[in-house]
Amino acid sequence: MTGTPTAQRMAEAPPARRVTLAGVLRQPLLGPLAALIIAIVVFSIITDSFLRPQNLSLILQQSVVIGILAVGQTLIILTGGIDLSIGAVAVLGTIVMARTNDASGSFLALLVVLVLCALIGAVNGGLVTSLRLPPFIVTLGTFTILYATTQLVAGSATYQVPDGPLTVLGETFRIGGFVTTYGVVAMVLVYAVAWYALSQTAGGKHVYAVGGSPEAARLSGIRSNRVLMSVYVLTGVIAAIAAWAALGRIPNADPNAYQNANLETITAVVIGGTSLFGGRGSVLGTLVGTLIVGVLRNGLTQAGVDNLYQNIATGVLVIAAVALDQLARRRNR
Amino acid sequence: MTETISGTGTSAATRPVVPVLEAHGLVKRYGNVTAINGADFELHPAEVLAVIGDNGAGKSSLIKVLAGAVVPDSGELRMDGQPVSFRTTRDARAHGIETVYQDLAVIPALDIASNVYLGREIRRKGFMGSVLRRLDMPAMRKDSADHLADLRIGIKSVSQAVETLSGGQRQGVAVVRSATFGRRVIIMDEPTAALGVRESGQVVDLIKQLRDRGLPVVLISHDMPHVFEVADRIHVHRLGQRAAVVRPSERTMSEVVALMTGATEPTERERAGGS
Repeated sequence: MTGTPTAQRMAEAPPARRVTLAGVLRQPLLGPLAALIIAIVVFSIITDSFLRPQNLSLILQQSVVIGILAVGQTLIILTGGIDLSIGAVAVLGTIVMARTNDASGSFLALLVVLVLCALIGAVNGGLVTSLRLPPFIVTLGTFTILYATTQLVAGSATYQVPDGPLTVLGETFRIGGFVTTYGVVAMVLVYAVAWYALSQTAGGKHVYAVGGSPEAARLSGIRSNRVLMSVYVLTGVIAAIAAWAALGRIPNADPNAYQNANLETITAVVIGGTSLFGGRGSVLGTLVGTLIVGVLRNGLTQAGVDNLYQNIATGVLVIAAVALDQLARRRNR
Repeated sequence: MTETISGTGTSAATRPVVPVLEAHGLVKRYGNVTAINGADFELHPAEVLAVIGDNGAGKSSLIKVLAGAVVPDSGELRMDGQPVSFRTTRDARAHGIETVYQDLAVIPALDIASNVYLGREIRRKGFMGSVLRRLDMPAMRKDSADHLADLRIGIKSVSQAVETLSGGQRQGVAVVRSATFGRRVIIMDEPTAALGVRESGQVVDLIKQLRDRGLPVVLISHDMPHVFEVADRIHVHRLGQRAAVVRPSERTMSEVVALMTGATEPTERERAGGS
């Protein structure tokens, strides 16, 4: 009566493993990686300059700021939220960093910006957790406030940063014939740490749980608010690192720089296969997504395509990525 | 864990037992609404106790109190005769009470092992675990696989995502999760409500296995055939109170339904809580 029939019935249940569209879509990294390789191959064929080492190095350097910010965006989207303020946090960071540097030196400048950005993250997180406001609205509000604050702090001026600790992430070094910057190393490190935290620690599993199924996470005894708060504060810290990298790339703090950064990070995350519905995705996907956008923009420029067409191409990619995600979700239901 | 006391259905009736979990005079009000109106509850060792009641009878509120999800306004809870109080589900869990929820409280995108250990993960020993907080996935996978095998749930790999499983298998994962950590009591709130006929049968088999291992199970269900198949005793909840406790061998399904709706009166013994 008990036992054996159960074992047999349950063993029968899973269907035989076949390669299906849904199966392929469930390998989240495969699609983005294929898209990246196809883009690289196509641009290598249609342009002479694309595959040169200095051009590849340039793509990486151009990807650093958005690439770092996209890690924070991934964390937040994994919890089922979205952060429209992330780029504005980083821009405010660059201005405060440059001005504090002028007044009190670079060490304090880095510290002040780190704390400031973490606090802004805490404000976003606090509004999302305690008032239960949708992250979209909260960060839309903080984005607007931060943009105006940045203009006020900057007084509509830009601030040149002297060479030193604040620009160190822009300095180059050589591996073999390949010249790259410490900013690229910083980006890789941020990805490595985020990958480790998300996939190898309990905290990472809880991020997926809170985003994938908030009610189930709560019933499992996960303190969702604590998880959300950590994610928003960490995203603030990541924005501070991005601000530092931005000064390395262009040693001039400009209140009007990186205006599209918010949307570009979302683009990278979505193209990288992370679901906007939360609970599904990875930072490795986001790294690939960042590189896809970088390769596409650089390659189209090399091929002499107008900037506006590049935007159209990126937009098409975003919609395609979200459509694939929807399809995968529908198959799983 | 207590040793198996299977097949004590008849002896439990003849000599007094100390209930594993009991409640007396529970009251819970939400504004003007009285959800629990002086309810009693008794769960005996190694039994399956079904809790049935019409919608709005207050059985969910009762179960939530037992699981620590709701704090009663008054009344007392005892485990093994000792007073206890649960302020959160964590408190109830610390006492070895685990709950399986009807809406399949698992995380679809996470693998089986991560789901079983969600919120109670095992970390590696030494520096990797204490400083770098690294999870001991091999240990969690092995333990989950062992527990799944114990309950004879045939799943190929505990590394596969829960979303790749059928509804019955998902509920199996939730049951394994509760059986892994539920040292004293397993509460199942409508575990088959979201499942098909065959999958419901699998869950009923799992409940019997838990009882045979000596774990008492509280089963909240609307499914009378299942209740009569698996329950040792049936707690009938009505108007926020325990109306009766009946034995499935002494009553027919339609009689129990009549008790539930108030169409028939229970016997004195049934009204007093059965045994």
